[in-house]
Amino acid sequence: MSVLELNGVSKVYGDGPAEVRALHEVSLTVDEGELVAVMGPSGSGKSTLLTIAGTLEAPSAGEVVIAGAAVTGMSRNDRARLRRRSIGYVFQNFNLLAGLTAAENVALPLELDGVPAKVAREAGVQALEELGLRERSGSFPDELSGGERQRVAIARAVVGDRRLLLADEPSGALDSANGEAVMRLIRTACRRGVAGVVVTHDAQLASWADRVVFLRDGRVVDQTAPAAGPESLIAPGR
Amino acid sequence: MSVRYALLALLSEGPKYGHQLRQEFEARTGEVWPLNVGQVYTTLQRLERGGLVESDGDEEGPQKGFRITEDGEAALAAWLHTPPDLSSPPRDELVIKILIAVQVRDVDVHEVLQTHRRYLVQLMQEWTRLKEHAGDRDLGFALAVDAELFRLDAVVRWLDAADGRIKRARLDRLEPADGHLPKSPRKALVRP
Repeated sequence: MSVLELNGVSKVYGDGPAEVRALHEVSLTVDEGELVAVMGPSGSGKSTLLTIAGTLEAPSAGEVVIAGAAVTGMSRNDRARLRRRSIGYVFQNFNLLAGLTAAENVALPLELDGVPAKVAREAGVQALEELGLRERSGSFPDELSGGERQRVAIARAVVGDRRLLLADEPSGALDSANGEAVMRLIRTACRRGVAGVVVTHDAQLASWADRVVFLRDGRVVDQTAPAAGPESLIAPGR
Repeated sequence: MSVRYALLALLSEGPKYGHQLRQEFEARTGEVWPLNVGQVYTTLQRLERGGLVESDGDEEGPQKGFRITEDGEAALAAWLHTPPDLSSPPRDELVIKILIAVQVRDVDVHEVLQTHRRYLVQLMQEWTRLKEHAGDRDLGFALAVDAELFRLDAVVRWLDAADGRIKRARLDRLEPADGHLPKSPRKALVRP
């Protein structure tokens, strides 16, 4: 079942001679449990695609459907609720709140959604435990390493019953070992049924995805074929 | 070439029998480096003739025992610390293809680049899946897969850079000013 559907989505900024077409009739479907990477050079529309998929921005034309609900025409409140309940974001620089502990940061989306603080906190600690960070749940962001902060950010993005995980250059300035760890965590979330979209210019990160979509000048120009089995590379004769 | 050093490395852990060397060689490198059985024994014979290993008997076969000599230890250490020759650019078919593509009229170079990019990323997906399935159990395997991923990644990055460079060059050429492009690639990069 598809969790995210973009149908003919376009985005235009400005008008007249200053008009910039950031996206041009992009269609993309991401199923439950599927991880899709979007690759493209800077200015190709990757980040715009992600903010539109996350309902943080409205398309100029086209349709966005998340978990079966059409976003266009939804009230602001309904959109905000959808964002809080169903969508998790991982940003390049993690965006953790410095004044909150790791567990509080993770629990925040639930609390904002009206979940009682105690229940939210327990869910936060549980999400941290799944990412191997239980013992750091009382630590503040500046007491954590870069890799730990990113794990907290991923825990926050998948806490509760989130269906869609959106990540913009999720390994940020992390080294390749931590970048790999981040992608393993996102894969794990997807195996539990979350649909994931990772935007990156890094082919090594993108190669963790089930499918890689290539964006150029605001258009989807290509995508990789469905995965072959893991045996294909070490077949005899190679 | 590196088979001899892989065998010396195994013997640097202690004396071993021929069949044992073959099994350990396969266990540690087999998945990424398939090898025929005979190659292990002929390489051992050559190492013995060169004085880098000693054996405990004249009878050939899997039960023959081997140990590394001092010369062998020294040869292994010297090899490990000597970088392979990477000084001159390899003749790369993909680079040549793109150099030619920019000269052929009616060819969409961006499409040529994208075809290769897709192929390379698909290969990287397959390697990454192998790494994911293998987990952290097999260090040698993970290292070899990383090497392949970094190599392919470098090619993808070159394609990305080429894409941007070609786009800029085309835009420059549309402006009539004094945007003349160099006529031939630098001789220094072209190997005989």
